[in-house]
Amino acid sequence: MISAGCDVGSLTAKGLLLNESGIVASEVIPVSGRPARAALEVMNLVLKSAGLSMKDITHLVGTGYGRKRIDFAHSIESEITCHGMGAWWGDHSIRTIIDIGGQDAKAIRVNHEGEVERYVYNDKCASGTGRFLEIMAEALEVPLDGMASEEEKSTRDVHISSQCVIFAESEVISLVNEGVPVPDIIKGLHGAMAARATALARSIGIEERITFSGGVARNGGVLRGLEESLGTSLVRTGSNPQLNGALGGALIGARKCGVHVKPPRMMKEEHGTVQAGH
Amino acid sequence: MITAGCDIGSLTSKGVIMENGRIKAAAVISSTSNPQSSAEKVMNLAVEKAGMAMDDIDVCVGTGYGRDRIPFVQDTASEIVCHGTGARWLVPGAMTVIDIGGQDCKVIRLDAGGQVEKFITNDKCASGTGRFLEVMARVLGVSLDELGTFSAGTMSPITFASTCTVWAQADVIRHLNDGHPLEDIGAGINSAMANRVSMLVSGSKPRPEICMTGGVSKNRGVVQTLEKLLGSRIHLPRRADPQLAGAIGAALLAQKNGRGGAN
Repeated sequence: MISAGCDVGSLTAKGLLLNESGIVASEVIPVSGRPARAALEVMNLVLKSAGLSMKDITHLVGTGYGRKRIDFAHSIESEITCHGMGAWWGDHSIRTIIDIGGQDAKAIRVNHEGEVERYVYNDKCASGTGRFLEIMAEALEVPLDGMASEEEKSTRDVHISSQCVIFAESEVISLVNEGVPVPDIIKGLHGAMAARATALARSIGIEERITFSGGVARNGGVLRGLEESLGTSLVRTGSNPQLNGALGGALIGARKCGVHVKPPRMMKEEHGTVQAGH
Repeated sequence: MITAGCDIGSLTSKGVIMENGRIKAAAVISSTSNPQSSAEKVMNLAVEKAGMAMDDIDVCVGTGYGRDRIPFVQDTASEIVCHGTGARWLVPGAMTVIDIGGQDCKVIRLDAGGQVEKFITNDKCASGTGRFLEVMARVLGVSLDELGTFSAGTMSPITFASTCTVWAQADVIRHLNDGHPLEDIGAGINSAMANRVSMLVSGSKPRPEICMTGGVSKNRGVVQTLEKLLGSRIHLPRRADPQLAGAIGAALLAQKNGRGGAN
């Protein structure tokens, strides 16, 4: 059996292949133009790296905001269902998932089987989404990927009072003009972002343990801020959090074929090959 | 009696000098980062225009976010009270005041005597404030005045799905790239703005007469759509620049409360 998850987001498309023993291959590409094309492109890429072709896929699940345009999908599932499943699979102790993407933010609560119990979603306001950090990085002339390492040079706490991206951008520019060091501002921005996400998650009731996914989860500064505002350490599943949607899709695809794929950690334990540090 | 009102906002500072209830002179400048110097600059300008000296002013009242840092005022008053008072003077029958400034939107309900009954403000979200229009005008490459001429009545405005300034900005760029006429996009922006403001206004249970002050009241497209949405005429100030409402209110309060003799 080969199941596949294809997650077409607003900024990136993700493809992932799964067999009975785990993840076979995965790819992430930027979306330029039509979602349908990005879906095909990313699937061709991931199939190529696995040495497989489209007809080898037993069940392909489409998800993400462009999911309805994926004409070769056998079924489609909501992003929430896929993200919930994908994150939970990495560590079955996970009950709450905070996911921040380029244009949205969500908090999902799952049960002991990775099924969604409650969720909350923000795509109405850019504040609290990845776009917030993108705009601030531009204003500060710091590459987005360099924000977290810049923060490490911070020596003083700065509070960003504006919630709105537009107002926060002006606030950041005036802080720079006042001579406030950029690393301090960045730390303040990460904290503001984390506070927004915490408020969103609290609205559905947080249950431990918690994990952080989506593109913004790659930013260690926001992760630090979240751990601070939540007052607990987050689960790091070790997988690329950006791939959770596609992974969840592929897992649901496998279940539709009657296959329950076990996570790598559980397999290792069963085979008695638990590595140091696990 | 000569009184003055000094309104130090986050974007602009306004100064008004009144003599026995009539405007002698007024000035509007861009605010600097220092409220004190903004206040001194704008009042010196107004005093100069009136052909007076600062000493000629009997009482000066300060308002706006920088009001506590104006050195020469005898008293301060909240923005809401000053805007309400100023709007009632500008539009005598006004019971509901919609004031949209560069960074906020206020809806104030007045009683028959001109006292504030209740108010709602939005200063958390750029959407529904003058800032929204500024951002969109910049993307369209038109002036704020020109944006105001794009009216929903005469063209087929584009509908914007997003309220958020950031998302709407991306939508505007997409519509421009798709080759939609500038006028239709501009009219859509004004309608989106009016939509957002109408939600705040409806929440305050408005009573006629409704008047509009602040810089955005100069945008005909927004005013016309808002009239349609509220099903009511919106009265615009004719006696003075609508941006001066807060400063006028402060000068009127200075006259009412006196206190000049003590100084």
